[in-house]
Amino acid sequence: MALSPVTPNNKALAWLEERLPILTVANSVMGPGTPTPRNLNYMWNFGSLAGIMLVLQIITGIVLAMHYTASTMFAFDSVERIMRDVNYGWLIRYMHANGASMFFIVVYTHIFRGLYFGSYKAPREVLWMLGVVIFLLMMATAFMGYVLPWGQMSFWGATVITNLFSAIPVVGESIVTLLWGGFSVDNPTLNRFFSLHYLLPFVIAGVVILHLWAKKISDSGNPLGIEVKSTADQIPFHPFYTVKDAFGLGVFLIFFAYFLFFAPNALGHPDNYIPADPLVTPASIVPEWYFLPFYAILRSITFDLGPIDAKLLGVIAMFASILVWFFLPWLDGSKVRSGNFRPMFKIFFTILVVDMFVLMYVGGISPDLVLVDLGPNTAAILEQIIKAAPEAVKASIDSGMDINQAARIAGVNDAELAKMLETYRSSIQAIHLGMLATAYYFAHFLIILPVLGRVEKTLPLPESIAAAVIKPKTMPAE
Amino acid sequence: MSTIEDTKNHEDDATRRDFLHIAATGMGAVGAAVAVWPFIDQMNPAADTLALASVEVDISAVEEGESILVKWRGKPVFIRHRTPTEIEEARLADDIGLPDVQFDEERVTAGKEQWLILVGVCTHLGCVPLGTKSGDDKGEFGGWFCPCHGSHYDTSGRIRKGPAPKNLSVPEYAFLSDTVLKIG
Repeated sequence: MALSPVTPNNKALAWLEERLPILTVANSVMGPGTPTPRNLNYMWNFGSLAGIMLVLQIITGIVLAMHYTASTMFAFDSVERIMRDVNYGWLIRYMHANGASMFFIVVYTHIFRGLYFGSYKAPREVLWMLGVVIFLLMMATAFMGYVLPWGQMSFWGATVITNLFSAIPVVGESIVTLLWGGFSVDNPTLNRFFSLHYLLPFVIAGVVILHLWAKKISDSGNPLGIEVKSTADQIPFHPFYTVKDAFGLGVFLIFFAYFLFFAPNALGHPDNYIPADPLVTPASIVPEWYFLPFYAILRSITFDLGPIDAKLLGVIAMFASILVWFFLPWLDGSKVRSGNFRPMFKIFFTILVVDMFVLMYVGGISPDLVLVDLGPNTAAILEQIIKAAPEAVKASIDSGMDINQAARIAGVNDAELAKMLETYRSSIQAIHLGMLATAYYFAHFLIILPVLGRVEKTLPLPESIAAAVIKPKTMPAE
Repeated sequence: MSTIEDTKNHEDDATRRDFLHIAATGMGAVGAAVAVWPFIDQMNPAADTLALASVEVDISAVEEGESILVKWRGKPVFIRHRTPTEIEEARLADDIGLPDVQFDEERVTAGKEQWLILVGVCTHLGCVPLGTKSGDDKGEFGGWFCPCHGSHYDTSGRIRKGPAPKNLSVPEYAFLSDTVLKIG
């Protein structure tokens, strides 16, 4: 790792720099002394945006912790007090709550940037895996943070998610009791969630440093996916990318401010403004939007697989859907990094993005919601007719018979038949769409990517970054 | 006296020194593992939480066909005063091939079959099923219905339809008298 030394003119600074080369490190990470590929597009803004969101969440979170009380007796009221009485409390809390959503928007974009441009491929495997670790930590942090206001969704979300661990054979129940510190989600649970919600962001900050360190070693990727060959391919990070990042930040803050000031509750659930009640379950328990794709995968598994029951299998599938990212560098065998040069990959990548949105949609609706009504289910209705038929005629109705004819033989009247036609219908429900989307999700990573690596005919790569992006100067027309 | 022995040990002192290293490191590792335990066990229910582990309920006011809901260990407990029809319905379903096979008589106290005591937590993902209040949807089998993911329980609290894998659990309880029930 080549550092670009800084020798300050100021004597005091020079004295410090000699003992702790902090300016040298800063210069080598994001200063003029950081040569960076010259062709980074706006998709490369989201790393620094994520860093800024982390800092913002930590600052607003520390302030909120000064006014929040982690006790089931006072938690809900202390949050309401922040909203109503604490000076600018409403602003800081809305920044924190919407900031979490913004953080996830940024990070999802950052992850899918990586998926499209092959940012996980050698030599950046560890850089990518550290990113997955950060994402997992973010999910844990966000989940525990959502519990703190102690509203109905807080309580029941915590109940449903902690109960997932009960699916683990033998030790499941003990693990759940250990997580709760009691016999249900209660005061001990709230207290430990607060403690960990405060701790984990700093753990994330630590892993972010490792993430940046790994990036320094392997250098930034770039949209062409080819390695830097000479200094002609590079420009200094500062001022070029500091300015580009700052511009992107400005645009992003407009987006953030829209939610913050005009729709601060649009991304939350109204039920969380009802204090938690352990004796009443809300009509539907919906996680925050950023968990919906994974929640959909959890709920889509309704079948047993050998000795593994549906509940455990669902939990395994949900965790596997993220853990599979760790193996991505080895699952995708294509030597070409950038999706721009992979015509078939591009199509499947687009399907994956659509698939994620489908999962997000399915995760937010009831699994039995009828999406497409396919008309009466004749087999089920015939079964009902046979059940209703007198013993004597039962044998004369067979499964291939017309319903009306069968009804006549069985003596089922028109009103009864109409009711059966209404009750027994075939349909495509949300759960079916969820199963399909879950199947594609896993197929994409476990089948499509490995196969594409072998069969795909990629487009020719440019000679160098400079050759691809610097247009030759043309003589002005006479 | 033991000079010869000592010299021998010094020549291939690997044995003695390695043993000391391994023994010391090993003891250190065991010590560290032991020291970790309090940090894990502190997360388990504390003594005061355990002390609140039982409640006594007066059930004299619960009419036949009615249910009440009491809080026990932070969870809802359903106490239903079953009608003879409900008991009969439950017993008829004993051997029709239930998802989680259990006879009704195993789930109640002999001689007090009318009293059904259940932990009101759906065995799917922990929601509170409906069916205790008079206006509630009792599901297809006249027991309880979980609105979260559509599990139906019968008049013995057994799972009949839906994603829940197990019957509603029966807590530890005892009748202290004809009208007082102790749960836990």
